[in-house]
Amino acid sequence: MAEATLPQISGVETPQKKKGPGSWAKLARYTGIKLITLFIAVVIGIYLTILIANMGGYVDEILKGQIRESISISVSMDPSLKFLSIEERNTMINARVVLEEKRLGLDQPFLLRSVRFLTRAITLNLGRAQHLASDSGSKLVKNIILERLPPTLLLMATSNLLLFFLSLFFALYLSRNYGTFLDKAVIAMSPFSSAPAWFYGIFLLLLFASVLGWLPFGGMVAAPPPEALGARLLSYGRHLILPVTAWLISGIFSGVYGWRTFFLIFSMEDYVELARAKGLSSREIERRYVLRPTMPNIITSFALMMISLWQGATILETVFNWPGLGRMLFRAIGLYDSPVIIGSAIIYAYLLAATVFLLDFIYALVDPRVRVGSGGPKS
Amino acid sequence: MKSLRRMFKDIAQYPSAIAGVVLILALVALAIYTVIAIPYNEAIRLWRGGEEVWGDYPRLAPPAWTNIFNKEKQPSTIVRNSSDLGSGVTKEVKPIDETMTDVIFTYSFDYDADVFPQEMIVFITAKFEEKGPFVSMFWITPDGREIRLGEVTAKASETYRFNQDDRLLRRLKGVVPEVALFADPEKETPTVLKGTYQLRIDAITFEEDSDLEAKFVSYGTVHGLAGTDHRRRDLTVALLWGTPIALSFGLVAALVTTVTTMIIAAIGVWFGGVVDDLIQRITEINMLLPFLPILIMVGTFQSRSIWVLLLWVILLSIFGAAIKGYRATFMQIKEAPYIEAARSYGASNWRIIVSYLIPRIIPVLIPGLVSGVPAYVFLEASLAVLGLGDPVLPTWGKLINDAYGNGALYNGQYYWILEPALLLMVAGLAFAMVGFALDRIFNPRLREV
Repeated sequence: MAEATLPQISGVETPQKKKGPGSWAKLARYTGIKLITLFIAVVIGIYLTILIANMGGYVDEILKGQIRESISISVSMDPSLKFLSIEERNTMINARVVLEEKRLGLDQPFLLRSVRFLTRAITLNLGRAQHLASDSGSKLVKNIILERLPPTLLLMATSNLLLFFLSLFFALYLSRNYGTFLDKAVIAMSPFSSAPAWFYGIFLLLLFASVLGWLPFGGMVAAPPPEALGARLLSYGRHLILPVTAWLISGIFSGVYGWRTFFLIFSMEDYVELARAKGLSSREIERRYVLRPTMPNIITSFALMMISLWQGATILETVFNWPGLGRMLFRAIGLYDSPVIIGSAIIYAYLLAATVFLLDFIYALVDPRVRVGSGGPKS
Repeated sequence: MKSLRRMFKDIAQYPSAIAGVVLILALVALAIYTVIAIPYNEAIRLWRGGEEVWGDYPRLAPPAWTNIFNKEKQPSTIVRNSSDLGSGVTKEVKPIDETMTDVIFTYSFDYDADVFPQEMIVFITAKFEEKGPFVSMFWITPDGREIRLGEVTAKASETYRFNQDDRLLRRLKGVVPEVALFADPEKETPTVLKGTYQLRIDAITFEEDSDLEAKFVSYGTVHGLAGTDHRRRDLTVALLWGTPIALSFGLVAALVTTVTTMIIAAIGVWFGGVVDDLIQRITEINMLLPFLPILIMVGTFQSRSIWVLLLWVILLSIFGAAIKGYRATFMQIKEAPYIEAARSYGASNWRIIVSYLIPRIIPVLIPGLVSGVPAYVFLEASLAVLGLGDPVLPTWGKLINDAYGNGALYNGQYYWILEPALLLMVAGLAFAMVGFALDRIFNPRLREV
């Protein structure tokens, strides 16, 4: 039943040998297999993304546009071609464009080209942006995205870690005191988690930024950023409060409710009763007999939550003007900057894969069934 | 039938679920009323029509009921039209000679608000061959003062905006007309002088068949049930039409994805082997597909129509994480003796899946379906907030997007954001509360704790 309420994410394939060479080697092997399968999945995922993005032939248009632009520039900048008339120059450009398109294989069927684009995407060779530029002035999609990644990671890491530990400890506390008023209040509040973080963000902005004026409307740091390191960190902190709070409000009730219920179900197991009869302290029981066996499921549900929350981050960043990937994507939509839109879709695929992998790895660390190698969880 | 009645009995034990059901029914009723009262084309006209639809509405006005909370009473919009004689408008025609005529309109209205109006405009439509009528306007205050406003030679369609007449502004010593014309001259700080005001429009026509109509609008600072936006549009239309759209988007997406996901899980479990493996792998790959960026790409490159996006949402959600949950449940059911019995009497695969496997999963399915609705309702709003709302239809998400994009939060037009947000919240919470209760009813293990 527990597996029905908290579905397993990974179809973990573990070696089925009876006796392994040692748990660390097992872990390494497990990790390796996981990495490879995940990589294959990422490749297929990115390929599908490209197929979807190309439905209007957009990837080709981007490439062709870039070729024409760079050739026109190189022809007009070439001093040895100055004497040519405009018509001669145009025929020259057209001839070179055809040549270049042939070189890049744009005259080939789509299937071949999509594979070529796939290899470029996997190596993050994402082309040039049409309108957006990175703060350092680069027009390469890769640079723009890499520049936007740290703010997103800062926001996501802060919010998710806070959410994870807060709801875990709160759930433990409630499972110890279940039936109390606080417990009932949290159960009653859990439908509030159906609204996404940006939605609460708007309310928070309205209250704390607009009406009360206590906290900034958005952004990551005050403009201009304070010189002193301490003041700058404080400014980051002040700007983090509202988005992180919005994230917490939208995640905490269902998180606490789910885990509290889960802990309660597990603490009714016979071996917990036995431990209680043995006279172990409740803290000891919790740590050894409730938390330990539920850890894989906790991590799984956390992984699922994080994966579903990645998309919420896009809009949360937009609402809070947070200079991360999400807002970049939002601006790219506004400007129809297709290379950036496709590029960020690919980056998100990578981020999702990284999340899945990281959590699978932790999963392997805490799940004795994986380490000992007696078959994976029956997902 | 019996089990259905028992289900209702069980639901009745959860007050929040009853509240949820009531809210859902209210929303459905509102949606049906909307679709009947404002048919699709009428809604599009009201929301996309142009100035002739919302020209008489004030700009960015909060709803009229906010006056309950205001210390100072905000004015509503006052419209006096000469084509509607009798309701505060009189028309007097005095021939001057064979061709020239003096047409005098007098508009009277009571002004009892504490706040000055937003702006004032006179719209004139004149009928003439060559020479348009000469129009001069006068303002008569409750204490009997007469203030000369301005003169225009009317074209076929003429708009006289009080606050764009520089000469009037100079005559009023630099005080904007909305304030100067309504202010009590005795008071130091501008205060509204309450009472009956009159506007006299004195027009001289120069041709025999020449005539004119004039409409006076004093724009208020509050409007209707829901207020207006930056383009003077009445938000009621969008709030009402957002209801059927949100409900149908959420319900269709939740229903189709849940049912299809369940069927796929059932097929995978029953046939096992390669089929099951394939479904498992597709699910894992699907989890890596960036859901929102793909929807964004569809919205940018293909179509912003809400129904196209709905199709993609369903396509991307079919192989969702829920498959794993259904799979686990089906695995247990598959081992049940009655399945063994069905197999031994020679039931076909489809018969077993449709008649024996799927009915058993309904208890897991229904709570999941109901709880899934809010996610899709909010997804539509999320897409709209990203600027990928449906190009034609007004939705709640698009209202939030409009409000946010036009700085409603910074400028204090909170009603603009709060109204759609509260409706979204109500819709989301209603389904979430019912789904929550259903989950506890169908999973007895949850009920104990």
